[in-house]
Order: sequence, then structure tokens, then C-alpha cells
Amino acid sequence: MADSNTRVIVVGGGLAGLAAAARIAEEKVPVDLFSVVPVKRSHSVCAQGGINACTEPVRQEGFSEWDHFDETLYGGDFLNHQPPVYEMAYWAPKVIDLMDRMGVPFNRTAEGRLDRRYFGGSLFRRTHFSGASTGQQLLYALDEQVRRREAEGLITNYEFWEFLAPVLDAQGDCRGIVAQDVRSMEIRAFEAGAVVMATGGCGTIFGKSTMSVICNGAAAARCYTAGAWLGNPEMIQVHPTAIPGEDKCRLMSESARGEGGRVWVPAMRTAGGYRKPHPDAGRDPRRIPDNERWYFLEEKYPEYKNLVSRDVATREIFDMCREGYGVGGGNMVYLDITHLPDATKNKLHAILEIYEKFTGDDPRQVPMKIFPAVHYSMGGLYTVYESGEPVKFRSGVIDKLRDRMPPVLAEKLEKTRRNEQPKGLLPGSPFNMMTNIAGLYAFGEVNYQYHGATRLGANALLSCIFDGLFCGPSVVNYLKLESDRVDPDIFDRAVEAEKQKQTELLERSGGENPYELHEEIGRWMTERCTVVRDGAGMAAPHARFEEWKQRCKRVSLYDSAMWTNQNLSYTRALGDMIRYAEAIVAAAIERRESRGSHYRTDYPQREDAKFHSTSVARYDSTRDQPVIVWEPVPSPMVQPRARTYGKSQTQAAAKT
Amino acid sequence: MIAPHPDHPPKTFRIRVRRQDGPQAKSYWQQFDVTYRPNMNVISALQWIAAHPRTADGKQTSPVVWDCNCLEEVCGACTMLINGRARQACSALIDELMEHGSTITLEPMTKFPVVRDLFPDRSRLFNDLKKVQGWVPIDGMLDLGPGPNEPPDTQEMRYAMSRCMSCGCCLEACPQYTLTNHFLGAAPIGQARLFNAHPTGAQLKEERLVTLTGPGGVSDCGNAQNCVKACPKDVPLTEAIADIGRQATVHSIKNFFSGG
Ligand code: SF4
Ligand code: SF4
Ligand code: FES
Repeated sequence: MADSNTRVIVVGGGLAGLAAAARIAEEKVPVDLFSVVPVKRSHSVCAQGGINACTEPVRQEGFSEWDHFDETLYGGDFLNHQPPVYEMAYWAPKVIDLMDRMGVPFNRTAEGRLDRRYFGGSLFRRTHFSGASTGQQLLYALDEQVRRREAEGLITNYEFWEFLAPVLDAQGDCRGIVAQDVRSMEIRAFEAGAVVMATGGCGTIFGKSTMSVICNGAAAARCYTAGAWLGNPEMIQVHPTAIPGEDKCRLMSESARGEGGRVWVPAMRTAGGYRKPHPDAGRDPRRIPDNERWYFLEEKYPEYKNLVSRDVATREIFDMCREGYGVGGGNMVYLDITHLPDATKNKLHAILEIYEKFTGDDPRQVPMKIFPAVHYSMGGLYTVYESGEPVKFRSGVIDKLRDRMPPVLAEKLEKTRRNEQPKGLLPGSPFNMMTNIAGLYAFGEVNYQYHGATRLGANALLSCIFDGLFCGPSVVNYLKLESDRVDPDIFDRAVEAEKQKQTELLERSGGENPYELHEEIGRWMTERCTVVRDGAGMAAPHARFEEWKQRCKRVSLYDSAMWTNQNLSYTRALGDMIRYAEAIVAAAIERRESRGSHYRTDYPQREDAKFHSTSVARYDSTRDQPVIVWEPVPSPMVQPRARTYGKSQTQAAAKT
Repeated sequence: MIAPHPDHPPKTFRIRVRRQDGPQAKSYWQQFDVTYRPNMNVISALQWIAAHPRTADGKQTSPVVWDCNCLEEVCGACTMLINGRARQACSALIDELMEHGSTITLEPMTKFPVVRDLFPDRSRLFNDLKKVQGWVPIDGMLDLGPGPNEPPDTQEMRYAMSRCMSCGCCLEACPQYTLTNHFLGAAPIGQARLFNAHPTGAQLKEERLVTLTGPGGVSDCGNAQNCVKACPKDVPLTEAIADIGRQATVHSIKNFFSGG
């Protein structure tokens, strides 16, 4: 492996991983791309709505990059670090241009220009889209470019390989990974100069979510237990509109509301002018007259209407159902697009088709029944970056590496910093989106940056591609840092450790069923740690998690074959998911305030004095538990302000 | 529409699975009685089997292996033969399948090698996308300004082609596509049409047509039109095959007169 220091490993083949691989390969640096599924089947295909950017026509309609930046902070309840968000917002139009050149079939205007739609959290038409399967279309375009590089030999694709652990040297720097072929079950180490984690979210910790089955957070958890920190793990987005299902909750995109879809519940007006649940809330919605429908979002938020931020819409829907307004008295409200013109419905074809296939009802004719579901992890691996002004981080990784920078690179970066004084990120800095472990990066959803306490719709696709494109060169520059010769033994030892773990797993007995244990954990997490949280509900987590860890040790595998043993992979991941879940709960307990998606009934206010800070979760390996420490979030450009989405006070008062 | 829930839903229903322990192993059948819950799909039945791997006659066995990811019919992973027809297990609803009898049969796709049980190896499909150069040859990942303008009707055509999720249903249904031959099949031909229709993508049009007029190319299609009926994403495959056929003819005539 003579050239290993000049190779990069990318783990994960969704938008972030593919953008990173393509961008790094562009610098003629060979990339080894690992993905547990063929990259074309990554979870990014599930993203429906679109991608935000202040392109030229949006600007002429009065929007600006600054507005995009500000909306993202406001949406994130100011928990986001500002320089990365700033850079992303100002870069967004370039992302659109590039994807457009790659041939993404973005919807077009009559003249053949890029069309745009409204989306949550904005009063501007700034969301670019490709039907209602934008994520799929963006992913395919990047997949095609990566396939092209693969054909040229610059990218090597390890599909059906699962990431098991990072390999760290004596200094604690990342020098490669251990992975397993999930078909042949071969376990191997791979050496590299740098490793990019682009492994997405952790939704299946909650059992059913809108995420794909591979989005279990296990890869991030394996980095965390190896010493990488997590940032804001408690920040989990619950999407307001999903179709509840037996095996998963299927997303019903915000674009349905962006295109004019309306949310309502059956309700009656009483003589005093108040509302009360309709006595016959289960009847055919088509026959419910308009004056017996309560368009509660429109009434409570006259400015943003159905397009309030996701956490706000989610809580309103959740509260409606708790107060008995749900369809048939149950946990569902109507999302109605039946009134829209056919042309608009056609733009939503892909998602309407999903609804029809999975429920049997035609949403063009009958209002859809929806309920909130876990959807996105704003939190994830903790990362640092460089900007015009130095930023104070708890992680010492930047100081540790500063001396190893070759003078030419150091001078070049210093010159850029001096001359351009970037408000966003310092381009090419090897520290952009590096975890607290040298040489280990986190891009895309697994990176905790950009979205703060709630992500705005149509910013996820952007942040994933942006990370890959903007920070790819940062990874390439890291390869230029001086490093010691790597001791080849560390790879053998890492492989041995994983093989031992596997043998131990195969020998477990005790009759616990991993699938039932997962279901139980998911149910507990969903009930106590999603839309509303309180200290009492999450109390005594240590005993609870200890019990789960013990039970996980007593799992009996039904399959001992050393060929495509999914039973084994699943059970191994379950142990890692428990560690990640524990970090979520620990941070959710210690954040005694409400902010964005994190809503505590016992602490309903945002507490900037104490908690305008990132919760940093570190793994204490001796106690097998998380330790939460706090790192203040600086506000170099925008001061935090109250986040109300213009909630109408009169309406709020009238209800009570 | 799905049939309304039967007044007396069954307590269990039966799944018959053609199993195979590895690529070289012989296949065998096993049956499972799965506990019924409303709104199940084939995936949730397989998940139930994974959690309770006991055959209908009470024997402990290994969980059935299958491939899936999105569970909403956009990733293409979970394709298998369900009651003999290639389709996605995630969008195959149990209530709907039970209208046609109380036993549901699951088999792996037959046009691809089996990895294990219901998990096929579809790498040939992805390799064939390389053969037809299914990409737009852009200058690189730097910011070089916007892409070409595109009239809405071209966008609509390309969007329809671009919804192909490489599931392989069209290949499974095609009488010309076999486990051992080299016919490209409908999906890669569709992708060739997608990229030939893009102004920058068209720069590789002639090279694509060389592949498509060669062995395993478009002339191997017997025009049985099974593919278009099998496609869950309504990709207009027969249109694509006809269009590529026309482009191939033009290409051959040009070559003939230029002595190529
Ligand atoms: S038209 Fe028939 S022969 Fe041709 S690709 Fe389709 S199914 Fe195969
Ligand atoms: S064309 Fe249709 S059937 Fe064929 S692989 Fe693509 S989506 Fe599947
Ligand atoms: S799991 Fe993705 S199509 Fe069925």
C-alpha cells in the first residue's frame, strides 16, 4: 500500500459521499468508496421536495443569499454555527448550476429556464426541484459522474461493504478503516490518508421513521465509541407529514404544501365562537363542508400559513390530535391537495403515487391522512472548521495539526484569510468539517453542522452536496500534512479486534430476540424523546440503557452461516444503536430549555444564557456511557432573536 | 383500490419461499405461517420471519435473506418474484395478494445470479450502464456557470426516463434477456436515450450508438414489449427502444456512406 497516504476513503454513497468522491477524484486523488448498498440505492433517493438556492431570478424577486443564510439560522433556532451556514447559502447557486450541467431534469418554465416552488420556512419561491423526486434525481446525476470516474479507474467502488471501525494510530489519528463484505463476510482493513464519513442519519433508532433501513446511525456510533465526539445528538427532526405504516412511515413531502396543499381537521364552531372537535370526525372528508374544516395552521400563522417551520407544524398537528381533533379521534390529520389544478398535481406525481400505492386511496380525489414521523438528524459527528476569524473550539485538533502543515500551504491559506477575510469558511483549509480525530471527516447528514435545532425543508440536499464540493479540497489538502510512517500492525490489530467481536456475537446465547429488542427501544425512544420531551419521561436513563445493553449481550443468533448473514449484521448494529440512543437521551435530559425540534414541556422557553451552546457527547469507555459537555455557539454575524413565525396572538388566545 | 378489510381477517397467512444458501447451492422450498396484522406488505412479512424463523411445520431455521432499503419503492433494491411476477416487495401489500389465494410465493429473480435466498446480484445491470456511458460528460466539478436551456417537453421526457431505479423488473420480464447472454436489455437502452437527449450528453451519442448497434445491442430486442408492462415506474421503454432503433439506423447509414 505504498500510495495509501495519497488515497482517500469515503464511507457512504449518498449525495454527500458521492459529491465528495467526485470532487476529490477531480484533484486526481484516488478514492475508495464504501457503501453497504449499491450507491444508487442510497437513502438520498427518498428526498422529494427540492433544493434551496438564491439563483438570479429569486434575487430579482427580492430574496438574497443573506436571507437564505438568515432563514437557516432562524429555522435552526440559532444553534447553527454561522460561518458554515453563510458559506453554504452563498455557494448554493453554484451547486444548482453544477447539477444542472450534469443533466438533472429540473422542472422548467415555458422558456426552458429552471422552475422554482415555495417551501417551508420561507416566503420566497427559492426551491428548485425535479418533479417530486428531487433527491433521487440529484443522486442519480452524481452516481453517473462517479460511475464515469470508476470507468476511468480513479474511484474504486466497494458496494455491499459495511464500515465497522476507524483505524487510529498511536497519536489517535485516523489512518484507515475496517470494513466487512456483507456477502462473503470477509473482514479487512483499508489504509488511507484521510477518511470521510458520509453515512447519513440515525432514524431507525426510533424504530419506524421516514428513513431507509440502513439509516441506523451505527457507523457514526462506531466512530463515537472509538473516540469521535457527537454534536447536538438530541436534535432530531420530526417531519409533520408522513403516512403511518407497518414497516416504516413514508414521507409526504413538504412540496405538497409548497404547491398549495392545506392541512385541516374536522371541527365545529360553537355559539361562543370557539372550536371543538367534530362529533362525527370519521366521516368521508369529501362530504365535510368548508365551514366544518379547521385550517388551523393558516389561522394561527397568517403569514407563513401551511409553510411554517417543520417543528412548529409538527407540534401543532400533534397537539390537535391530543386535543381530540384528529381524524376519527385518532392520530391523523388531513393534508388536502384535491383542490389544486391538474398541472400542479402532475408536478407532485411521484409522491401522490407513493400515497396511492401504500394506502390504496387516490390523493387527487380524497384528502390524505398524515401524522408526524422521525425524519432527520440535525445532530451527528462533531466537526470544526476555519473562517476569517479564529473560532474557539473544545476540540484541539486544529492546534495539534498546525505544525504539520507544509509552509507553502500555510502561507497560501493565511494569504486568503488576510486578503478575503471570509465571513464563511476558509476555502481549502484542511480543518473544514474534520471531527475531533485528525484525518476523520464528517459530511452530509452525519455532520452536525448547518441545521442547528431544526432543518429547513430543501436545505438537506444542499448541505450534503455542498459538504462534498466545498470540503472535498480540504480533505485533499490534509493529505499534504506531514505524517509519520504508519505502523502496519495497527491494521492487523484492528481486524483482529473486529473478528473477535464477531466471534463473541456468534457465541452469544440467552434467547433474547434482536428484532423485538429493537422494536422495544424504538417505541420507548419515540414516545419519550421526539415531539415533546420532559425530564420525568426520560428519567433514570442509566438503568434503562444498562438493561438494554445486557439484553443485547444475551441475544441468540438464528443464523451462524458465514455467508450473507444479515442476522449478524443487524445484531451488531443494534449494540451500536443503543450507544447512540443513550447519547441522544443524555443530551436531551441535560438541555433544560426548548429550542427548535427539542421541546421540553418542563422547560418551555429558549434559554440563551445557559444553552446557546452545542451539546458535545463524548464516550467514556470505562463506564460505557456518554459524558455531555457544552460549547458556546458564537454569533459573529446575526444575534439570536425570538422565533415565532408570526404566530397570531389573537388566535392563540382565542383557542384557550 | 385495495379490498376493504375482511370482516374476519385471518390470524395467519402462509408464505412459501424458494431458498438458496449460496450462489452454487441448490434451491429448496420452505413455508412460514406469518401472524397477520392490517396494512402489512411483503417486507413486514419477511421482517416477521426474521424475528420468528420457524417453518410452518415447526422447525427452527435461519432467517430468510433479502435486499431492501427505502421501503417506499424508489430505491429498487427489494425486487423479487412475488407469485411469479417481478415486483418490489415493499409495495406488495398482503391484503391485495391475499385476494388471489391464501399462500404467497416468493422467489429470487431468475435473470441474475443469487447471492443468498431472495438477494440477487445485479452488478451486470450497473456494469451495462458503464457500457452505454450513462452520464453527461461535463468538464468537471468546478463552477462553470449554468447548464443548457431545455424546453419543458424535453425535460418531461428525460424526467420520465430518469425515474428508472435499476430494479431489473424489465430485464426479468424480457424473453431476450437471459442469465448467460449479453443483451443489454431495456433499462440501459432507456438510459442511452436519456443521455442522447441532453445537449452535452449527446456528445457521446455516436459512441453509445456503436455499443447499441453491436452484439447485445438494440437489434437483439424481439419487440415483445413485456418490459414496459413490467416497469413499476412507467418508464416509456418501448418508446425508448423505438427511438434508439431509429438513431441506430441513422448512425449505420451514415457509417455506410462514410465507409465506416
Ligand atoms: S421489447 Fe421485449 S425483447 Fe425488447 S427489451 Fe422489451 S421485453 Fe425485451
Ligand atoms: S426501466 Fe423500469 S423496470 Fe427497468 S430497471 Fe428501470 S425502473 Fe426497473
Ligand atoms: S425497498 Fe426500495 S424499492 Fe423496495
